[in-house]
Amino acid sequence: MSKSVPTSRRGILRAGLAAGALLPAASLSARAQGGPDPLITEVQDWASYTGEGVDETPYGLPIHFEADVIRRNVPWLTADPISSINFTPIHALDGTITPAGCAFERHHSGAIELAKPDYRLMINGLVDRPLVFTYADLERFPRHSGVYFCECAANSGMEWAGAQLNGSQYTHGMIHNMEYVGVSLKTLLDEAGIQPEGKWLYVEGADASSNGRSIPLEKALDDCMIAFKANGEALRKEHGYPVRLIVPGWEGNLWVKWLRRIEVTSGPVESREETSKYTDTLDNGISRKWTWVMDAKSVVTAPSPQSPIQHGKGPLVITGLAWSGRGVITRVDVSTDGGKNWQTARLAAPGQRMAMTRFWLEHDWNGEEMLLQSRAIDETGYVQPTKEALRDIRGENSVYHNNGIQTWWVREDGSAENVEVS
Amino acid sequence: TPVLADPLGLGRDALPEEIAAWDVDVMPDGTGLPEGSGDVMTGEEVFLEKCAACHGDFAEGLGNWPPLAGGEDTLDRKDPVKTVGSYWPHLSTVWDYVNRSMPFGQAQLLTPDETYAITAYILYSNYLVEEDFVLSRENFSEIAMPNAEGFIIDDRSDAEYPLFTVEACMQDCKESVEITMHASVIDVTPGEAADEEEASPASNEEEPAVDP
Repeated sequence: MSKSVPTSRRGILRAGLAAGALLPAASLSARAQGGPDPLITEVQDWASYTGEGVDETPYGLPIHFEADVIRRNVPWLTADPISSINFTPIHALDGTITPAGCAFERHHSGAIELAKPDYRLMINGLVDRPLVFTYADLERFPRHSGVYFCECAANSGMEWAGAQLNGSQYTHGMIHNMEYVGVSLKTLLDEAGIQPEGKWLYVEGADASSNGRSIPLEKALDDCMIAFKANGEALRKEHGYPVRLIVPGWEGNLWVKWLRRIEVTSGPVESREETSKYTDTLDNGISRKWTWVMDAKSVVTAPSPQSPIQHGKGPLVITGLAWSGRGVITRVDVSTDGGKNWQTARLAAPGQRMAMTRFWLEHDWNGEEMLLQSRAIDETGYVQPTKEALRDIRGENSVYHNNGIQTWWVREDGSAENVEVS
Repeated sequence: TPVLADPLGLGRDALPEEIAAWDVDVMPDGTGLPEGSGDVMTGEEVFLEKCAACHGDFAEGLGNWPPLAGGEDTLDRKDPVKTVGSYWPHLSTVWDYVNRSMPFGQAQLLTPDETYAITAYILYSNYLVEEDFVLSRENFSEIAMPNAEGFIIDDRSDAEYPLFTVEACMQDCKESVEITMHASVIDVTPGEAADEEEASPASNEEEPAVDP
């Protein structure tokens, strides 16, 4: 065997990647005949030649085999890609931390480029001392950190009237979960001194859309923060570099990016983003406003339409994500029969407040069709409702806050489809 | 979490000019409006020049761009048409948003008078004022928006929370389960090269399903 190796290895090198890609197939066929696996018995290039040097990639991207683990856009959702949304590839991720490079984006006037030297944060309004901070000032405040999910209010919004998009990336991917470091909003506001009449904050970004929103002071002083680091590094441009607002558990629209101003006010501004948008119209034509909290929600990320079962019968890992804006996820149940029967899944780690929780359920798949569902329960006792239960109360025109239970129809061939069930 | 009793002395005082430059929001009662005025006919001229390419000559909206007029009495129907006239509760929001963030791609270039005039034209397009109407800071708060009473504060704690905090059924929760709806979109499949170009909803092209 050893004599033939150099020849075949040179042949592979000449043929390049295409020949290399054939190896697993050859290996499978050799295994099918009961023979030894050449990936083991033949010395592979990577076990003989060298890989890349440490100076090859000062800041790396994922290996090219993972090229499909990317943000995706659905062009028909919005009039143009500047005020639009893309989706996190949650179907391909595990654990809870979202890699920033594929974490979803939602802009109203594009992702702006704002350098740290050009950055200014103003606090004004009903304060003792209206202040201007530079970026360097902000880094001198005592630090604060936390892991939180940021879910767009419109996540799953396309599914109000029925099953529409085919994949958890599209139905549930307007979300990311990062570890943030920054300064608590309370610390910043203490610096300016809030006057007694100050009851609300109006926060706005430096971009053309401004994305101004009103936040009650109670929430601001409780757990809001400004962040300049996410998952260890500076915020990505598209996530608000150099400073964004973090509003744990509340709809993503409030997480103002490129934050430039915090105004203490006596009442809400009732800006465009809290009147025309991010208000939820009920069946009777009346609309809810200030629907800030994101309720408990979950989704099976695999198997799912973009992550079909490809290994046949036998052991199968059913996995997914759960989260709640009201606190800690305490339990996730999984059904394989459309909600007739449920089993409690295993949480990868104890739930964290207003952060994503990973669940796994080990299943012995006999090759039958499944109607896969997951159901999140949070520390307040709230049980994630079905879509029908939500529609019974709200109708189909809410646009936002769809946290209904998702169903994947897994067929005998392992493929899966987004469906609704009775 | 550090809780600071005393300021650290970081930052500097914001100057009045700086606050005036950035603090331009307008409250529902009109607080924050600058001096100025504009009439419907001037507004039509400005609108045709700066707004109509997306929003239509009559503010009716073109393509997927938002309509600003129309949709009266549609909020309790399937697919409501939400516009300034049919949906927005406060005129202040119109002035504030146009002034700060419109036209799309060329924001913050309008003069106060232009913004008053555009706002007057949008009111006219919604049949809320006559064609000789002049909008100014003085008469701003006299305008009543049709859907001003159409909003309630989040009532999930009463309307939903009690229903969704009952103990979850684990076994034999329903007699039968049928698939009632399939994803209607021919969707992207990872690995197919034509994904991005071909992903479009066969049945839904004339209107967006949602504005995220």
